[in-house]
Amino acid sequence: MLGIGIAMSGCGQRTTPVELANEQQILLLGNGSDPEELDPHLVSGITEARILNALLEGLVRLNEKTLQPEPAAAASWTVDASGRFHTFHLRPEARWSDGTPVTALDFSFAYQRILTPALGAPYASMLHVLKGAAAYNSGDTADFADVGVRVIDTHTLELELSNPTPYFLSLLSHFAWFPVPRHTVLDHGAIHQRGSRWTKPGNFVGNGPFALTRWNLGESVDVARNPEYWQSSRVQLNGIRFIVFDNLNAEERAFRAGQIHVTQTLPLGRIRHYKAADPSPLHIAPYLGTYYLGLNVTRPALDDPRVRQALSLAIDRRAITQQLLQDIQTPAFHFTPPDIDGYTTGFRLDEDPEKARQLLAAAGYPDGRGFPRLEILYNTSESHRAIAELIQERWRSVLNIEVGLMNQSWGSYLSSRRQGNFDIIRAGWIGDYYDASTFLGLFTSSSGNNHTGWALDEYDALIAAAAQSVDPAQRRTLFDQAETLLLQQLPIIPIYFYNSAYLIHPSVVNWQGNLLDYQTYLDIHLDRNRTLH
Amino acid sequence: MRFILYRLLEAIPTIWVILTLTFILVNLAPGGPFDREKDLPPGVEEQINAYYGLDQPLPVQYVRYLGNLLRGDLGPSYQHPGWTVNEIIAAKLPVSLILGGASLLVALIIGLAAGIIASLRPGSWLDLSAISLATIGICLPSFVLGPLLLLAFGIGMEWFNVAGLNTPRDLVLPSITLGLFFAAYIARLTRSSLLEVHNLDYIRTARAKGAGERRILLIHSLRNAMVPVASYLGPAAAGLVSGSFVIETIFGIPGLGRYFVLAAINSDYTLVMGTVLVYALLLIAFNLVADCIIAFLNPRHRSGGTSR
Repeated sequence: MLGIGIAMSGCGQRTTPVELANEQQILLLGNGSDPEELDPHLVSGITEARILNALLEGLVRLNEKTLQPEPAAAASWTVDASGRFHTFHLRPEARWSDGTPVTALDFSFAYQRILTPALGAPYASMLHVLKGAAAYNSGDTADFADVGVRVIDTHTLELELSNPTPYFLSLLSHFAWFPVPRHTVLDHGAIHQRGSRWTKPGNFVGNGPFALTRWNLGESVDVARNPEYWQSSRVQLNGIRFIVFDNLNAEERAFRAGQIHVTQTLPLGRIRHYKAADPSPLHIAPYLGTYYLGLNVTRPALDDPRVRQALSLAIDRRAITQQLLQDIQTPAFHFTPPDIDGYTTGFRLDEDPEKARQLLAAAGYPDGRGFPRLEILYNTSESHRAIAELIQERWRSVLNIEVGLMNQSWGSYLSSRRQGNFDIIRAGWIGDYYDASTFLGLFTSSSGNNHTGWALDEYDALIAAAAQSVDPAQRRTLFDQAETLLLQQLPIIPIYFYNSAYLIHPSVVNWQGNLLDYQTYLDIHLDRNRTLH
Repeated sequence: MRFILYRLLEAIPTIWVILTLTFILVNLAPGGPFDREKDLPPGVEEQINAYYGLDQPLPVQYVRYLGNLLRGDLGPSYQHPGWTVNEIIAAKLPVSLILGGASLLVALIIGLAAGIIASLRPGSWLDLSAISLATIGICLPSFVLGPLLLLAFGIGMEWFNVAGLNTPRDLVLPSITLGLFFAAYIARLTRSSLLEVHNLDYIRTARAKGAGERRILLIHSLRNAMVPVASYLGPAAAGLVSGSFVIETIFGIPGLGRYFVLAAINSDYTLVMGTVLVYALLLIAFNLVADCIIAFLNPRHRSGGTSR
C-alpha cells in the first residue's frame, strides 16, 4: 500500500476537477441519490426537480431572490375579473432543443398526459386546481375537452380554474406544470406509456436553458447550454454536471478534494468544522419544511387533546436543535414555516413542564399513572433516533410516562404510516409551492397525507374558504384561524423548521439560496480567481 | 468435460430455487416499489400497479416473470421507469467486475507474497509481522480502512480522486480496501498449507535428492499448497464482485452492488430479482472455475463431480 503511495508521489499536485471545470464554465453539482427518471410526469423528488429546472421551462418561473413569478415560456398573461380564467401568450421565438417551435399544443398535451389516469403521475394532483382536472385524472370523465385547458391558437393558451387560486402563478413554476415535447413523446410511445425512451440522451428534447447530453445511472446527469433556448445569451455556464452521491460523507470529501462546486447537504458532524473555518464555504438557508411528530388520535390517551397538549408542552425544542442538530435548524412553535408569501401565524406553542403535568392529570393520568405505553415510530436514521430518545427522556422526566422507540426500514415505515399502524410517528413535510396551503392543506379530512386520523369540519371549511378567496389579507386571516385550531388540537407536534446546510465553492457566482431550493441556473458563472484557501 | 456439463446442469435447479425464494421474500417484505415520503393520491397507485401487472395474483406474476426470464427479459425497473433491469445490469455489472477483478489481483499478490514469506521462516519476526498484518487486515472493516485511505492519500496527499471511477488510477484505493480482507485470508491459508506440505514425504525426497529450496518451493510445494487457496478463490471472487456495496458507497463507484442494496430497500422487485440472478450465476461460475483450477493442480480431483 505504502509502495503504491510512494510510487504515486511523483505525480505531485494535480489540477482538481473544480479548477478544470472553472476554465470550462461547467458547474459540478452534488445532487444526492440517482434521479429516478427525467420525465417530469413520473417523478416527485428534489433530486429530479433540480435537473428538470435546467432542462425544461414552464409558463412562468420564479425570481430566485423574491420567489415571485416572472415570465418564462409565456411572455405575458392576463387574468379575468373572476380570477378563474388565465390567458397565456407564449413566446413565438421559443424553440425546443431540436429547433421545433414551442406551442400551446405542447402545454395542452403535457397537461393531458400528466392527468391521464393510466400514466399514474405522482404529482397529477398539482393540476387539480384546473376545472375538471380531478375528474379526468380519476377516470370519471374520459374527454379532455371537459378539462379547463384550451388552445386558442399556436401561441395562446387559456387555463380555467375551479376556484380563483391566488398562488396559481407560483404553482406554474413547479415541474408538474412543465411542457413536454409532444412530437418526441409520441415518437417513443403512447401518451400513457411509463418508461418510454423519450427521456434518454439523444432522444430527450427540452425547452430549458440546458439540453441533456449524458445520463449514466449512479454517476451523473450532464447537461450543456441549449443554443435554441430563447434567452440563451443570458446563460453563462457551458454546462452542469449533476453528480450522484448516496453518501453524505463521500460528498463532503469530494468537496474538500476539489471534485465538486456545491454539495447537496452536509453531515452534521462536519458543521462545527466549517463554522470555524474562515472564510467558510458553509451556507445555511431556510428551507420550506417542518419536522414534526404525528399523533394517532384514534389511539387511547392520544384521543384526548389535553394529553396531546401535555406532550407538546413537555418537549424542549431548543435542546433538540442546539444539542443534537448543531444549531442548524430552527425550533418550531407553530406548523407552517414563517413568512410564506407574507403569512406567519400569530399562535405560538408553549413549553411549560408544570402546565404539562396539570393537563395530564386533568386528562386522568396524575403523575403519569395509568398512562398506556406508547411508541414513537421513526425510519432508521441516527438523527431521528437521537431526537426520539431526547423526547422519550423529556416525557419520562417531566410527565413520568414511558414511551418506547421503534425504528423501521423506509419501506416498512411508510407501510405502517399508511395503515395508521403507529401511536406517534416522526414525520417531515416539505412544501411544494410558495403558499401556506401547501402546509395547512395537509390536515384536511380529505388529504391523503394526513395520517393522524384527525378531522375537523371547521378546519376543512377554513381551508376551503382560503382556496376560494383572492384577497391576500383575508386568506392570511383564514389560514391563521385554521392554524390556531390545528395547534390547539395538536394532532401533530411541530419540532423544528428545516434549514438547508451545504457547501459552495467560492468560484460559484450568483448562486441563490432560497426557501424552495429553487435554481434556474441562468445567471450562475464560475470565477477561477476565487479559491477556497 | 463431463464434470463441467454435470455442474452446469446442477446449476439450473439451484438458480430456480434461489429465484423462487427471492420472489417470495421480496413480496413478503412490507412496503411497495411506489411508496414515497408523500403518499400517492388514491387511485394513482392502483393505476401504476395495473400498468405493471402487479395487481395480478402472485402466482400469475411469478409464472409471467419466469416466462419473460426464459426470453432473457428481466423486466422494467420500478424505481427507474425509463430503464429496464437488463440495461441497468449491463451498465453496472462491468464496473463491479472491474473493481472485483482489481481487488482479486490485490488480494492474490499481497496474500500469496505474505503467505510465502511467512512460511519460509516459521516463528521468525518475518512470519510474525506478516501474519500480524494479515490479522489486522481481517479485523479492520472496510468502512474504517476506506475513509482512512481517502483521508491520507486522497485529501491529504492529493494523489487520488476521492470519489468516482473514471480512470484506472481511481481503482487503486477501492481495490486495496476491498482486497485487503481477502489478502489477509489468502496469506493465512497459503502459510498454513505451505507449512503442511513442507513436512510431506515427497518434499523431503526432493530435498534429499538435492533440489534447491527455491525449486522445491516453486515447483513442488506451491502447486500442492495452492489447492485450499484455489478452493477459497471461488467464493472470494464472488464475494469481491457482489460484496462491494460498502466500497461503492464510500468511494462513489457506480457498481451493481449499490443497485442491489438500494433495490432491496426500495422494493424494486424486478431489480432485486435480476441482481440476485446475476450474483447466483457469478457464484456458480466462479466456483466452477475454482474447481477446474483445483482439478488442474491436483489430478486426484479430476475424476468427476460424483466421485468426490
